[in-house]
Amino acid sequence: MDIGKEVVLEMYRKMHRIRQFEQKIKDLITAGEIPGFAHVSIGEEATAVGICAALRPTDRITSTHRGHGHLIAKGGDLARMMAEIYGRRTGYCKGKGGSMHIADFSLGILGANGIVGGGIPIATGSALAAKLSHKDDVTACFFGDGAANEGTFHESLNLASIWKLPVIYVCENNGFGEFTPTASATSVKDIAVRAKGYDIPGYVVDGNNVLEVYRYASEAAARARAGEGPTLLECKTYRWEGHVVGEQAFITGSYRTEEEVARWKARCPIIALEQEVLGSGLIKREELERIAREARDQVEAAVEFARQSPMPEPAEAGEDLWVE
Amino acid sequence: MAQLTFLQAIRAALSEEMERDPSTFILGEDVALSAFGSTRGLLERFGPERVRDTPISEAGFVGAAVGAAMAGMRPICEIEIAPFIYCAFDQIVNQAAKLRYMSGGQARLPITFRTLYGAAGGAAAQHSETVYPHLLPVPGLKIVVPSGPADMKGLLKSAIRDDNPVIVFEHAALGRTREEVPDGDYLVPIGKASVKREGRDVTVVAIGAMVPRAMAVAAHLAGDGIAVEVIDPRSLAPLDEETLLNSLSKTNRMVIVDEAHLRGSAASEIAATMAEKGFDLLDAPIKRVAALDVPIPFSRPLEAAVIPDEARIAAGIRAVLG
Repeated sequence: MDIGKEVVLEMYRKMHRIRQFEQKIKDLITAGEIPGFAHVSIGEEATAVGICAALRPTDRITSTHRGHGHLIAKGGDLARMMAEIYGRRTGYCKGKGGSMHIADFSLGILGANGIVGGGIPIATGSALAAKLSHKDDVTACFFGDGAANEGTFHESLNLASIWKLPVIYVCENNGFGEFTPTASATSVKDIAVRAKGYDIPGYVVDGNNVLEVYRYASEAAARARAGEGPTLLECKTYRWEGHVVGEQAFITGSYRTEEEVARWKARCPIIALEQEVLGSGLIKREELERIAREARDQVEAAVEFARQSPMPEPAEAGEDLWVE
Repeated sequence: MAQLTFLQAIRAALSEEMERDPSTFILGEDVALSAFGSTRGLLERFGPERVRDTPISEAGFVGAAVGAAMAGMRPICEIEIAPFIYCAFDQIVNQAAKLRYMSGGQARLPITFRTLYGAAGGAAAQHSETVYPHLLPVPGLKIVVPSGPADMKGLLKSAIRDDNPVIVFEHAALGRTREEVPDGDYLVPIGKASVKREGRDVTVVAIGAMVPRAMAVAAHLAGDGIAVEVIDPRSLAPLDEETLLNSLSKTNRMVIVDEAHLRGSAASEIAATMAEKGFDLLDAPIKRVAALDVPIPFSRPLEAAVIPDEARIAAGIRAVLG
């Protein structure tokens, strides 16, 4: 599969945007400027970006508590995301959702979700809606290795299989469910093999290789659009940071070694793509540097927008519950 | 006007609304065959795409209804027996009810959940429970409990047209009750109580299958010179407080009859609201007549002992009359 230069550059741009955005979130929480929790996906950018690069604007996604990357990959606006994380009324959810609940229905982002596995049946229903309305839109469903042990994962794969729904189940296996290693919580070495139980294709994908993720996602999307049903992609990656920013303050002991983290950092998905495209002569270093700079500037502008934005008025707590 | 049973009223509402709006579809367990008859004949009329049998997989298909609604459809999701809702609790409480608010008003969730509830003789606790009290405190859900065929048709049609999640509780023992039901586009607004019988001595608020039971008691007590006003709230969320308070201002006494377990019942919530807003109107403490706080037992004499019957309703009324 030949991937055009523009597509590669866009993937590089999105990965940088995610990395810079989440580094900033981490710094701001550590500095005490942002309230509440945030779960960052630093190190996992290639999975979010490779999947969303294979989608069309009318395709939909569901995301997770660790969702900033998915939202940015699908086109989410950094300023409105940052404002939401700051709890401002200019945020995507007017300050009612926060980091774990950002949505942009105009971009097909049906929302991050604070319940592990909560989004999987929702993605399945979104795919059912496409089928019932005779559209060839695809839904990509992001979830973690932890969610693959939830009942909703199994119920959804079964439903999507018997109804041949246009959905791509994307399991981001980042090595941990909260603080528990995946291997000690999961019956199988590769979650992808669970696809067999539902008679659908399942593949293990290098989740740190954005081009590989993109190729698998493109194939899965094509199958879905052709009415051939769902695919399970297990993207193996690694969570460089903790489960939640600031966890050192409350957990005791450690659940992984520094060597393990260093080994995965040496496989940085952004550097891997740089090496690939520079080596092939497709793109010049200056171009990549410019993209990285732009991402940093966009994140700074987003923080500035959030800081300048007003807090919601207390009376707004009573709004947005009902469609009147 | 035609004489329809409760089940025929459900079928009429479903088929009229499915005819009217192509974004509607039904999903649930055995909706094609229709084990209890409420969707019988719809498969033949609307086809298997829109009358969609699901696996026994409540969290999966309830969540699929949520996702389909968020993607522009108007699902009518049947949860065969009400206590099965617990298997899908996350999808109803954390997802359907909250996602509009949490997304700052972006998500639209026009879902109708229909479910069979209540004791109808010998099904035991996991098939007979009145489960709406578990959902009553959840912001973002409307809860409707029709007590007869006409309200059933009108409320179900309103529920399907509502752009918010609505749960319609259909009592298992009411299926064959029959009454005049207006033809065609008959809509009953959600959130409006119905005064089923007027009286000046005491207000009896009855819910679902407790309404015909309260009406029978009212007719009986009329012979003793007691004029009972029977009010069916029809919807528990939102609750038509105004109609209840108006009645209380006339009778100054209230009994609330609920098939749910007493502790945390809808009767408890209504009683608290009436005490808070209508304390000065009361000449006696509000009386709640509800199911005993034990799981609904299987054997018929035991079941009958747990669910409010005419004798307990009458005793409640006499208690507040002093």
